[in-house]
Amino acid sequence: MKDNTKKQTARSGPYTKAGMLAHFLHGSKRFFIACIISSFIVTLLELLIPQVIRQTVDSVIGDAPINAPGFILRLIDSAGGAAYFREHLELVALIILVLALLVGVFVYLRSQTTSVAAERLSQKIREDLFSHIQRLPFSWHMENKTGDIIQRCTSDAERIRTFVSDQLISVFRILLLVGFSLYFMFSMNLQLSLVAAIAAPIIVTYSVIFRVKISKNFEACDNQEGVLSTIAQENLTGVRVVRAFGRENFERDRFEKQNEVYTSLWVHLIKLLSYFWAIGDTIGGLQVLLVLVLGSVMCVNGTLTAGELIAFITYNSMMIWPVRQLGRVISEMSKAGVSIDRIRYIMNSEPEQDRPDAVSSETAQQALRGDIEFDHVSFGYDSEKEILHDISFRIKAGTTLGILGSTGSGKSTLMHLLDRLYDLPEGSGRISIGGVDIRDMKAADLRRGIGMVLQEPFLFSRTISENIGIIDRNIPEEDIRRAADIACVDETISEFTNGYDTMVGERGVTLSGGQKQRTAIARMLTQKAPIMVFDDSLSAVDAETDARIRSRLAQLLGTATVILISHRVTTLMQADQIIVMEKGRITESGTPEELRTSGGLYQRISELQLEDTDKEVG
Amino acid sequence: MAENIKKDEEQYVKLRLFGLPKLVPYLRPLKKYIILTASLCLLAGLIDTLIPLFQRYALNHFVGESTLDTLLPFILGYVGLLAVQVISNFISGCNSGRIEMYLNRDMRRASFNHLQTLSFSYFNQNSVGYIHSRVMSDTSRIGELIAWGLMDSIWQLTYVFSSIVIMFVMNWRICLLVLVIVPLATLAVAFFQRHLVRLNRRVREINSQITSGFNEGITGAKTTKTLVSERRMEEDFTGVSRDMTRTGVRAAHYRSLLIATISFASYIALALVLYRGGRLTISGVIELGTLAAFTSYAMNLMEPIRWIVYTITGLISTQVNIERFTRLMETESDVADSPEVIEKYGDSFHPKKENWEPLHGDVEFRDVSFKYPDGDEYVLEHFNLKVPQGTNVAIVGETGAGKSTLVNLACRFFEPTSGQILIDGRDARERSQLWLHSNIGYVLQTPHLFSGTVRENLLYGKPDATDEEIEAAVKSVSADQVIARMDKGYESDVGEGGDLLSTGEKQLISFARAILSDPRIFVLDEATSSIDTVTEKLIQEAIEHLMRGRTSFVIAHRLSTIRQADVILVVQDGKIIEQGRHDELMKKHGHYYNLYTRQFTEELMKKS
Repeated sequence: MKDNTKKQTARSGPYTKAGMLAHFLHGSKRFFIACIISSFIVTLLELLIPQVIRQTVDSVIGDAPINAPGFILRLIDSAGGAAYFREHLELVALIILVLALLVGVFVYLRSQTTSVAAERLSQKIREDLFSHIQRLPFSWHMENKTGDIIQRCTSDAERIRTFVSDQLISVFRILLLVGFSLYFMFSMNLQLSLVAAIAAPIIVTYSVIFRVKISKNFEACDNQEGVLSTIAQENLTGVRVVRAFGRENFERDRFEKQNEVYTSLWVHLIKLLSYFWAIGDTIGGLQVLLVLVLGSVMCVNGTLTAGELIAFITYNSMMIWPVRQLGRVISEMSKAGVSIDRIRYIMNSEPEQDRPDAVSSETAQQALRGDIEFDHVSFGYDSEKEILHDISFRIKAGTTLGILGSTGSGKSTLMHLLDRLYDLPEGSGRISIGGVDIRDMKAADLRRGIGMVLQEPFLFSRTISENIGIIDRNIPEEDIRRAADIACVDETISEFTNGYDTMVGERGVTLSGGQKQRTAIARMLTQKAPIMVFDDSLSAVDAETDARIRSRLAQLLGTATVILISHRVTTLMQADQIIVMEKGRITESGTPEELRTSGGLYQRISELQLEDTDKEVG
Repeated sequence: MAENIKKDEEQYVKLRLFGLPKLVPYLRPLKKYIILTASLCLLAGLIDTLIPLFQRYALNHFVGESTLDTLLPFILGYVGLLAVQVISNFISGCNSGRIEMYLNRDMRRASFNHLQTLSFSYFNQNSVGYIHSRVMSDTSRIGELIAWGLMDSIWQLTYVFSSIVIMFVMNWRICLLVLVIVPLATLAVAFFQRHLVRLNRRVREINSQITSGFNEGITGAKTTKTLVSERRMEEDFTGVSRDMTRTGVRAAHYRSLLIATISFASYIALALVLYRGGRLTISGVIELGTLAAFTSYAMNLMEPIRWIVYTITGLISTQVNIERFTRLMETESDVADSPEVIEKYGDSFHPKKENWEPLHGDVEFRDVSFKYPDGDEYVLEHFNLKVPQGTNVAIVGETGAGKSTLVNLACRFFEPTSGQILIDGRDARERSQLWLHSNIGYVLQTPHLFSGTVRENLLYGKPDATDEEIEAAVKSVSADQVIARMDKGYESDVGEGGDLLSTGEKQLISFARAILSDPRIFVLDEATSSIDTVTEKLIQEAIEHLMRGRTSFVIAHRLSTIRQADVILVVQDGKIIEQGRHDELMKKHGHYYNLYTRQFTEELMKKS
């Protein structure tokens, strides 16, 4: 277990933390930039409008001199001076409306570009993750827990999105705003600016320190939430046990107790946060007071004008709030870093890769019509435990091989190797088809050429028709029906209310084991592969249907090479050749006729089973 | 893919006022916190309207008249006001936290407790993940919004309102111009709400499709690889993913438009004030100072108004959570005790054990028909079976054939659609569920343990069991050696859901747990499938001993373990197709016979 967690935050691989972020930002970067620009424009405009209004009140309606940059003064003069606007106040109103319209447009743009950027970022993350996971080798899937991977693909992805679109963006905005305010303040009065600016580092440092200090409270809350969540989870998954023992009362108390613990931790944390806010409010309020008082004193002393003081107060109030935000953003960053690492673990895992000198698809297709040969194959999933020991056999093209063996004898491993779900390491023997080593083929060519029906087939939560025709969207409806007919599942499907459009799985009907197996056979048939593997795939079908399916298949299988894994002697009797596997070794092989009299396991089993049939007939 | 998910989502209850009235029962106990916080928010809003007056005073008095005579009282007044504000903010911060957390807590508790009374059909129809997020995430979203969003709104509304009052007093004609913003904003919100609610819902649907897409992409990896359909899976996932982006962007479009409209509307009000007020000032009707104060109030209104709009958009997206929570709370159990039964025997949380009769274990199915609440087909039709006390019933059949249905009916986890199930000769519905359940010992194929120690898990069966009783129970299923091998024995942690133990170990412990509860009816659902053959044999003997005199239902995969059963039921596609003792069924050469010989063959091969 411990080993596993260590591995899952692996830091090696093509992506560094920053590289990963940069990779995901590809395609959304320009929207983020647009967002920062519109945000900047909105800020400018929102600063401008109050100035226009103030000047109008003071200088157009009142008679104070206009306080504005030279070119604006010239513009006003050329229009006829303040007096002109005094006569035509509707012009001022119009100017404000135009500015307001601009604000509206840029507010819209700011909000919209943020969303587009965030959506695109999410899209990129989830699509990249999905395709990468699809391409990871089967062994990776076996090593990792589904729930954990899904968690990474959803929650961690979401956290990165929030981090970039909320926090990172606001850092830019805050820096802009603060820089902007500071610039204007410093250009007006150095001393007062220094007094005002000194608050900024104090507040930021104070918030960062405080956040770091209480991060363990946040952690404790997270942990207790985890405990509470687990209790709920276990109660739901174990609902049968709870009811069967009549322990609803106990469950209620247990949940209640933890609910209380969790709640009081949070209440305490919020109290701490309230202290934090209160102190922040105090620092902010005192800073405003200090600026106001010092400013007034300076005005009285004549080192500052009234207009400058008003402007100063405005800029100062603009700066305080974003500065307080900054502390929060900084502390959020570490959380996002963890999420990036968790996603990097997936993206840095190495996908399946074909050899660079793999044979062409044409050559592979040609080869797949040839003989299958296992040549001294030994294999184990981990290096300590070998499952297959020195297996050799040959299946002539177009013939059928039957495999008999108990659970755990290595039959399925054999098929994993044939389909290259696991690659046979160098030096452990060789598997070839038509004389070509399967490791020299592209995995897709090989798998396309092998139609595999698994013992416990997996159906996707789609319609039955989509499931059967999953390998190619363009398979005509009648081909799907024909395949279903051969697999003896057409009748069952037609009985469903929605026929072939019936949904399968979690959100649809639950098929029985036998129905699933037959649907999977139909699905495999649409693949029209030169090699077909039935891995005990009729185990859940009754003997009669089994026989019917086999006879229909027999007409079809003509030229295909077939591997039949089964417990039923009647099924195996159709094979040209049979091997018996026990504990990872081949213990018998030959034609069904030879084995029936060989005195081995096959003979004993076939006698037992055929005796039953005789009785049934009799 | 989409049409089926809609089925789930379209049952939304129509809710007024964003569903807030549904929360009243949970808010009522928090009344004192709410009132205190609301009044403090009011105070804070008022103080915030006063702060600009200090600036005005400084400018008019100190700067305007070039004097610092009242500087000290000014500073003291400001500091005093600041202190009041800080303290009131502190208290209302703490209280908002309490409101949020207590509201969360109460809603979680209510939904959790409600879930304890719902029948299995609810759990069959809804995935654990789905229900779990009703209890955990929906409630916390609602709490967050109510506590902070609505509290902030009170502050903002107070601010807006008191500013308007001040403006009204200054000059009511111009003030009316400011109020232009109200109908404009209301219209905009009303118009966009419809779209936003619809799109938010759609975003959630697609989101769950994305999660199940990941789930399928991962659990179906083997199949995808063998079929070389990675491309197809990717394309389909991309389809959903793009749909998500499109819908998300469209929702954002309306949200952005709403925010932009409100921003624009507020500036229209400003422009009107300036125009009209300016005219009046020029013609000498009002003073310049008044106009200046007026415009500065009007400008300061912008920010709180925008925040109110944010809160409203928050409410719009939380509406979905309220809907879901409400739907859970309004789901009624289809297995419920009648009021008379509760009167006599008590409910799940308050049992009246003094009225409970002893249970003997006679179970009878009388003309029972059953179909699942979400199914169309009858799983059982006119089924009759008498199981006298002490009978050993075995149920066999393939996975998914409906073996558990029978057991679930006998245990009253489901109610028959028609017909009766009699326990000790009386209709099961005449006694409480808890009475029956307390007398059942249930061991599942996928045994479920709870986080905690081995001992805590054993005690689940009988909370007041003594150490001797525990040891005896453990010994009877030969789990003593297994437990002794664990590093802390009985105090070893089993992990979440028992994850730290192997399936076999979990089965043994859940077995001992059932035995400890000393039930009258035993249910073993493929309980020994992962225990090695030697141990299984030991358990087999123990079971035979323990089951003597008790009624038992055994669902078994390994048929060799049920040869001794008093009656074997063979289930296929939800129907009982054969019924009888082992040798009777073997003679029939039917389905049971096929199953048996097949397994026998398999075992023979393993032994060889």
